This record gives sequence, C-alpha cells and structure tokens, in this order.
Amino acid sequence: MAQGSAATGGIGMHAVRRRAAAALAGLVLVALMVFAWSLSAGALPVSINDLLTALTGTEGGMEADIIRNLRLPRAVAAFACGGLLALAGALMQVLLRNPLADPYVLGISGGAAVGALGAILAGAASGWIDAGAFVGALGATLLVFGLAHGDGSWTQTRLLLTGVIVAAGCGAAVALMLSLAPEGRVKGMLFWLMGDASGATRPWPALALLAVGLAAALPFARELNLLARGEVTARALGVRVGRLRGLVYGLGSLLTAVAVTTVGSVGFIGLIVPHLVRLAIGNDQRLLLPAATLAGGVLLCAADTAARTVVAPIQLPVGVLTALIGVPVFLFLLARHPR
Amino acid sequence: MKMDARPPVLAAERLTVQVGRRDVCRELDFTLQAGDTLVILGRNGAGKTTLLHTLAGLRDAARGAVLLSGQPYAAWPRGHEACLRGLLAQSQPDFFSATVLETALVGRHPYLGRWDWEGPDDEAIALAALAQMGLESLATRQVPTLSGGERQRLSIAALLVQQPRLYLLDEPLAHLDLHHQVAVLDHFRSLAASGAGVAMVLHDINLTARYASHVLLLDGEGGHVIGPAAEVLTTARLSAAFGHPLRAIADGEHTLFVPA
Repeated sequence: MAQGSAATGGIGMHAVRRRAAAALAGLVLVALMVFAWSLSAGALPVSINDLLTALTGTEGGMEADIIRNLRLPRAVAAFACGGLLALAGALMQVLLRNPLADPYVLGISGGAAVGALGAILAGAASGWIDAGAFVGALGATLLVFGLAHGDGSWTQTRLLLTGVIVAAGCGAAVALMLSLAPEGRVKGMLFWLMGDASGATRPWPALALLAVGLAAALPFARELNLLARGEVTARALGVRVGRLRGLVYGLGSLLTAVAVTTVGSVGFIGLIVPHLVRLAIGNDQRLLLPAATLAGGVLLCAADTAARTVVAPIQLPVGVLTALIGVPVFLFLLARHPR
Repeated sequence: MKMDARPPVLAAERLTVQVGRRDVCRELDFTLQAGDTLVILGRNGAGKTTLLHTLAGLRDAARGAVLLSGQPYAAWPRGHEACLRGLLAQSQPDFFSATVLETALVGRHPYLGRWDWEGPDDEAIALAALAQMGLESLATRQVPTLSGGERQRLSIAALLVQQPRLYLLDEPLAHLDLHHQVAVLDHFRSLAASGAGVAMVLHDINLTARYASHVLLLDGEGGHVIGPAAEVLTTARLSAAFGHPLRAIADGEHTLFVPA
C-alpha cells in the first residue's frame, strides 16, 4: 500500500486541496480588484489613492459623496446578490441532482416578478416593490414545496416539474401585467425583469445574509457531497437526508428571494457560476460553495460596473451583460474540457 | 455453533415488510452471525431491494424488528450505525464529476467529524480498497470516464472503505465480467471469514450455491423460505419461486441449476 500512496502522492487529495485553496485566494484577490474598479470607474473617474481617502476619511466633497453613497452601495449590492445567486444555484443543483438547475428553477423568480410587477402596476413606492418581490418569491417557494410534497415522497423530478409549471404560470401572469400596464410603467417593469442594481440603496442586508447563508451551508458541505451522489448512498452513510434537503431548500429559497428583491431577477449567474467553478476546482462542496459565492459576486459586480460605464450615460440592464460575459466564457471552458 | 460472545451481526424478528399493501415477506426470522453469507433470491419485483433497505435501517418495517449487532437501529447513537453496516445500493447515474479517489473517500464519512477533512490515513484506506478492486491505476480519473463495470467496482471500493461489520449488497455483480464476479464474491467471502456478516441480493443461482452459507428465497407473494443454502436450493423450490422450471445437473462435486 505504501507503494500505492507514493505513486499517487503528488496527485492525491492533498495536491487537489492545495490547488483549490490557491484558487480561493486568487478569487479573493480578484474580488478586491473588481471592487476597486467598480468604485473608481464612472462618469467621474477616481484614482486609487483618492478612493482610499474617500472610503476612510470623514470629510465631505462630491467625490467622497458619490463613492460612499452611490457607488459603494451599488457595488456591494451587486457583489452580495451575485454571491447569493451563485450559492443558491450550487445548492439547488445538488438538491435536485440536476446540472440544469438554477436558483429560479423552482419558480422563485417568477413569483418575485409577479409580486414586484404587481406593485409597480399599482404604482407603489420602491419599498413596496421590494416587499412585493419578497412576498411573491416566498409564496412561490411555499406553493412549489406544498404541491410537490403532497404525497410525502417528494422526488427530485416531482419537485422540478412542479417548479417549472409554477414558473410557467408566473410567466403568463407577468406577460398579462406587461400587456395591461400603462406605457410609462413598462420600461421600469422590463428593467426589473432583466435585473438592475441601480436602485439598490440598502445592500447591507443582502451582504449579511450572504455571510450567514454561507456559514450555514458549509457545515453540511460534506453531506451535500454525498447527497450529490444519490439519496440511498447518502442515507446509508448516516446523512439525515430529509433534514438536509429541507435545509437546502429553505436556505436556497431565502438567498434567492433576497437577491431577487435587491437587484431583480438577474439571470445566468446561478446556473453558470457553479459550473464554471466546478470545471476549475472540482465538485467538492466544501470548496465549491465558498468559491462559487466569491465568483458569483465578482461576476455580477464586474458586470454591473460595465453596465453603467461601457455606453455611459446609458445604463444597460446588468442581466444582459451577465449573459453576454458568461455565455462565451462558459462555452470556452466547456470546449477546453473534453470528456 | 460458533462460540462468539458478540451478538449476531444482524437479526430479524417476526419481520413483516410491505410495499404499499403488498407483503414482501411475513414473519421473517433469522440471525446472521459473523462469518455467514446470506443470499436473497427472488423474481423481479419480489421486493428484494425493499427488504435489503429495511435490513439497512433505511425503511420502516410494517411489523417486527431488525437488530443490528443486537440493537434496533433507533437505539444506536445517530451516525454510528454507518460505522457498523454498509449498503451497496443499485447504481445510480452520476450527474456531477468527481475523481475515483474522491468517490472512494466518501466511505470515510461516518468516521469524520463535521469539520474534519480526510487525512492521509483515510487516503491510505481508500487507496487500499481501490487496489483490492483493481482500480489503483485509475485513482485520478474522472468517474464519468469509467466503464459500467469499473464504476460498479468503485462503488464496492467505497463500501470497503466504510469498513462496516455488516455488508448489505444489492446486486453486487451488476455490470461485472465473469472474472470480476468471482473476484468480488471471493473478496466478500474472505471478509466474512475474518468476522463480517454479508447479506446480498443476487440473480445467479449457481454463484449463490457456490458462495452462500444461507439462502432466503422470496416467492413474491409474501411467502419465504430461509435456511442453509443446500436445504433451500432445490429445483422444486427454485422453480416455484421463479415461475420457471429448473433442472439440476450434478457432476459429483457441484450442482448446477439450468432452466429446463
């Protein structure tokens, strides 16, 4: 056996973990750089030195004001929601054992859209739009869970199908509201649907939930590895699968609901970031969950910064940019990893 | 009777298992001692997997009790049962990639605390199990690149890594070629000889005759016959249980059962 260990010593778990730890450290570095870029880029460019002064100093001035009150909340909101969506997507993919799952697969974004657009249609203030989105998201979650749970044997397929049907129903309701809405409100509705971080003035709850959510998921990461390999195997190895699924379902839904409430239903991050990270560092959830969280934050923060700067003063919906960045990167990585 | 102070590895007491309203077995009694190999035979849909999962503590019995090393599953501290009994489930499709070594290491899960990572000792155990299944050269390969038979041997290796006292195997020979069928059964025979208990679902009557110490024959309607292999494996009983006439051909040393 010593021979066997020696033969694979350089390519065993130790080396895998060292690579993954390096990838995590690299992601932290990239996150800091993207943050700096996001805070300094815009109609009023700011140098890194001025940036540090504005963030740490107390004196006023327009520059500090823009950074502290406009760019910082927006960058934090984009980072937090990107992280929330990527973490929720990684969790849903394990819960449903389906690589095509994303945070919205169980109808959460559909429910949030119905709630938010209903509030916009009613002419509600922005606080009520957020509330509508949150209530709609949780409502869809409970509806899907209740329906799929009906006979007590909620298989992944049943859950998935129920989610898809509820999402389709929500899609129809959204289309109905768009066609009934007065001209002046349609643009706001479309922006909400495509995802938009410009209105995010209170990003700190999302960031706090991101930290709490990751901390809540990590203790179960090894159990999630087993769940990804199959329910019977996981149970035979001592995993309390029912409790774990409930936790993942509830946590994933909450993360998604808060992200959708903060920046709208930004597509793509939750589906593609976990896969990107998986291609890079493998599928051990203990590494995948933190890495996907960081990568999702980085991607959305970068996309949002680009969305407000590349064709300034026009602001693009960030959801369009996440797809435009994500699709080619993903296809490139997929083509580079032939099976 | 062997003199073993320890309680039997597995025991069923007046065990009735049902799927919906249909009985898989009624009032099943047996004890599996260390060293025993019990093979469960029965036609498709007789409930062999359901019974095996019940014996593994993954499913509640309709009536009666299952005792693992003398205690019901519920009496063991949570998670400890996974150190005592291992289950080889029927293979399920993999949706996510992992390396062969990572997959074998899942068998260490019951021994690790919530925040523990697999250490060098765990890795040595996993590599040893891979070697026993002839997979040591594939340790760094991605599972989706393996053949069906290699995956089955990997599942068995992961079970060996778990190092339980009771092995419950659901069709362990699925996808295996003749050589590996015999090698796998030989391996479990040697594990039984060194103090483990083995219960498995098989479809091959002749391999059953060669490796089983005891046989449980399910008739698919709730009835069963259980006993020493030589007593249960008769053409009359097998023909009735499988709903197909069988003949026995003996050459003095072995008896082979063939479809008539």
